[in-house]
Amino acid sequence: MMPAMNIKRIMAIANKEFIQIKRDPRSLGLAIVIPIVLLLIFGYGLSLDIDKVRTVVWNQDGSSQVSRDFLLNFENSKYFKIIGYTDNYRDIVRALNNGSSMLALVIPKDFSRYLRSGSKAPLQLLVDGSDSNTATIAMGYVKTVVTQYNVNLFASTLQQQGLGPPKKADLRSRVWYNPGLNSRWFIVPGVIAMIIMIIAALLTSICVAREWERGTMEQLVSTPVKAPELIIGKFIPYFVIGLIDLAIGVIMGRFLFGVPFEGSYLLLVILSMLFLTGALSQGIMISSIARTQLLASQLAILTTFIPTMLLSGFIYPIFNMPKAVQAATYLVPARYYLVILRGLFLKGNGMDVMWDEAVFLIIFAVLMFGLAIRKFKKKVA
Amino acid sequence: MSVIKSVNLTRKFGSLTAVNGLNLDIPEGEIFGLVGPDGAGKTTTMRLLTGILEPTGGEAWVYNKHVVKEAEPLKENIAYMSQRFGLYEDLTVLENINFYADIYCVSGKQRSDKIEQLLGFSGLIPFKKRLAGKLSGGMKQKLGLACALIHTPKVLFLDEPTNGVDPVSRRDFWKILYDLLKEKVTILYSTSYLDEAERCRRVGLIHKGSLLNCDTPDNIKSQYNTKTLEQAFIKIINEYESGHK
Repeated sequence: MMPAMNIKRIMAIANKEFIQIKRDPRSLGLAIVIPIVLLLIFGYGLSLDIDKVRTVVWNQDGSSQVSRDFLLNFENSKYFKIIGYTDNYRDIVRALNNGSSMLALVIPKDFSRYLRSGSKAPLQLLVDGSDSNTATIAMGYVKTVVTQYNVNLFASTLQQQGLGPPKKADLRSRVWYNPGLNSRWFIVPGVIAMIIMIIAALLTSICVAREWERGTMEQLVSTPVKAPELIIGKFIPYFVIGLIDLAIGVIMGRFLFGVPFEGSYLLLVILSMLFLTGALSQGIMISSIARTQLLASQLAILTTFIPTMLLSGFIYPIFNMPKAVQAATYLVPARYYLVILRGLFLKGNGMDVMWDEAVFLIIFAVLMFGLAIRKFKKKVA
Repeated sequence: MSVIKSVNLTRKFGSLTAVNGLNLDIPEGEIFGLVGPDGAGKTTTMRLLTGILEPTGGEAWVYNKHVVKEAEPLKENIAYMSQRFGLYEDLTVLENINFYADIYCVSGKQRSDKIEQLLGFSGLIPFKKRLAGKLSGGMKQKLGLACALIHTPKVLFLDEPTNGVDPVSRRDFWKILYDLLKEKVTILYSTSYLDEAERCRRVGLIHKGSLLNCDTPDNIKSQYNTKTLEQAFIKIINEYESGHK
């Protein structure tokens, strides 16, 4: 049963926390500067777009117009950046070894002759596979270029023989929500979720433990202040900071990174408050259990930063994970918040498609808040 | 009427017995000195009686409230000053006092009168806007007492409040305590200074968790035929140690 609460006491605690945060520039810096830095690092630094794949070329058939026309397809593509031409394998090996190239394309000297004679013309592609993901994508680009080249070749051959253009299926893709397939649009909402989770849990994780460490809690628990009053009072200032961080994230996302915001700001604030309530409560619960700042902050990082980074779908798609790990992602609240944020930013989703996520966030908030209050004991041992 | 009463109050931490079968009976308006060496169990006793630590055995009541079953109502009537400075060093003197006034829901004219009175007798008026962490040791303790008295408690628990406080501040501190006793406030005062113990109405000598003796300072001295409390206590502890060999 929750005892009747006294607003005056709650506000006294909130006010005290505000004063303490104000007088501790480090915690204020943590709350405002860290989100900006994270947004800059992730926004500019983490690009999942793979283009301008560095390529070195050895055209052994350099005298032929055919091979040079073929290479034009690479030179004119934004997906490749030809860093140089060579005439030996030593340079190729060096370029792949020192990382100046990811791909090496070798055109054999009989390339044009084979094509003219109607037989298959071999091409050699050497790939630095140490980053397997990027290598797979880069190989895909090469395949696409070669396939297109073959199709064009086929069509012109038919035409030369007086036959019409070949029959073919014509796929026309239209990309919705992120027409430029700009990975920054995908990342920025994720960074916002991560920032709120980390800042909320990290700042609050020390706010109770600090009082135990400094001895001020022993004084406070000897007063009639009730556990929910104390927890809610501590909660308020960090709630405000969390909303400020949300605003920083949205403003930077929109105006610095050009991410569109299609949804409703009202929904954004309401759903973010739910997420924030859960994250803050989790921090306070950790703080109540740990009782030392060091342990509390480590627990907070372990239980918020790492799952949010790896298991929320922030960078790594959940559907690619092994089944057991996929199951674990259901326990990561950022997973739901992330879907909501991306939905609001890019798709302009309304509640009709976000109810499931909202329900999970409500469960998370209520559960964590309840736990935070239950786990706080007005006893020194 | 007994204000602090404990029956067989015991607290164990694992195999260590910090407080062992403590029986106290302290009437209203008395200042009772809890004396003993470091680690004797004074702080644990204070924590048990203020409801912030649960006993592993026995029972206790403070101002007719059971320390376990009625721990929260109990806290309305008491004030506790922990051994370690328990106020916020990054808040000013006045902010600390206002904070505790809010926590105890002291409001209106009663509040402003009380704050004025507390700042006055503690000599903290010139330091109102100073951060608590920047006060001297004696000033800090007086601020602690001021915050503890904001709600006019009936029972005061002071855990070694004058440790490391200069003699002048200590004398000021005791002056405040004597005034409180006139208003029938009951005080449990723990100390390892025997000159302070002499000032208490009765003292209890606690050693290794057990209360070895409990009487007025004069009675203890005459009982053991010594000039000072210190000599009497040494005799009592030696007696206890030889009986436990």
